[in-house]
Amino acid sequence: MITNLDERSFDEILFGSELPVLIDFWATWCGPCKAIAPILEEIDLEYKDKLSIAKIDVDQNQQTATRYNVQSIPTLILFIDGIEKARIVGSMGKQALLQKLEGLI
Amino acid sequence: MSEDDINEVIIIGSGPSGLTAAIYCARANLKPIIIEGEPSSTSDQPGGQLMLTTEVENFPGFPEGILGPELMTRMRDQALKFGAKFITNKAVKVDLKDKIKRVWISDDTNTEYLAHSVIISTGAKSLMLNIDNEATLLGYGVSTCATCDGFFFRNKTIAVVGGGDSALEEAIFLTKFADKVHIIHRRDSFRASKIMQQRAMSHEKIDIIWNTEVKKINGNSKLESITLFNNVLNKEYELDLDGLFIAIGHSPNTEIFKDQILMDENGYIQTNNGTKTNLDGVFACGDVQDHIYKQAITAAGSGCAAAIDAERWLNNNLN
Repeated sequence: MITNLDERSFDEILFGSELPVLIDFWATWCGPCKAIAPILEEIDLEYKDKLSIAKIDVDQNQQTATRYNVQSIPTLILFIDGIEKARIVGSMGKQALLQKLEGLI
Repeated sequence: MSEDDINEVIIIGSGPSGLTAAIYCARANLKPIIIEGEPSSTSDQPGGQLMLTTEVENFPGFPEGILGPELMTRMRDQALKFGAKFITNKAVKVDLKDKIKRVWISDDTNTEYLAHSVIISTGAKSLMLNIDNEATLLGYGVSTCATCDGFFFRNKTIAVVGGGDSALEEAIFLTKFADKVHIIHRRDSFRASKIMQQRAMSHEKIDIIWNTEVKKINGNSKLESITLFNNVLNKEYELDLDGLFIAIGHSPNTEIFKDQILMDENGYIQTNNGTKTNLDGVFACGDVQDHIYKQAITAAGSGCAAAIDAERWLNNNLN
């Protein structure tokens, strides 16, 4: 299961994780976010040695969304040592998403 | 290959037409395989165009309205209940000319599915403006999904480009968040239904910019303004904006069928005698073959017709 973060746990995982962290900015009312959720769950299981995935509800955590200038959801941001390395905007299939992460994790 | 590997019918696409075809095929015990598509933030996704809409007010049987995604989830559940099998990938290649039809999907091994008959219901995809900065600022002020991104434009000034029902519906939805919503339309009247026009034109937050095209999208890391061109006055000017939503219409999703299926000059599949295409055993329904009505209910109706046509064709040709 992918953890749902709040503003405090967001910073903890971002700066505390040994692995690259992929954060899914989402909301309950966002259809394309729902569609990509099971794909992220699959990748989370398959890549658990390489990548840590967590999600944050932008509706509940607007400050974090604003801090990272998220203006569209789903937005996935890949952080390594707390630094943004890649940003993927929009919902997509598993192959397309893995291609975008290739070489980064 | 054994006969067991050949399905009775494959349905490509899962909007109202594909899912209605799935319900009818499943109830006719044809064990349909539905290649439903992949997640996306455009209408090219499982469930199709209604996945990006809010309230659907004209689908018969729902006097109080129903949310587009909920209607599609219900149709899918109904097909599942009767034994339809869903594959959550896109069809990337087809070979429909021979007796056994072949469809390849977008998984990592490009798995191939075989069938005696195919129903094409791939619908239509949203058109983009195809101008500089559009792709790079997608997600940074430019959006194709009002229901996803409206939230980020609270108290902001935004614009919707387009003049059809979806453009006006988006504009009205976006007034929940934005202070000001411009509708930019290249003509002097809307294609949208009268009721949507009345709602949009009487809304205090909505301002309509007629006879105007978007020429440029300006901004580096985020959208700052757009350059507009008034095609009556021949005048170009800039409009400061926080958000730009694109809803300029759709074109049929028929690339993978080119050179096999007969289409009109705009890429819509030509059907005759019901839902039959030029190829034996291949049927088409919904927006992929309809450039006139384009409604959820007409799509569903033609999906039902395609399922019945396919069932009759299978009865006449396989036994």
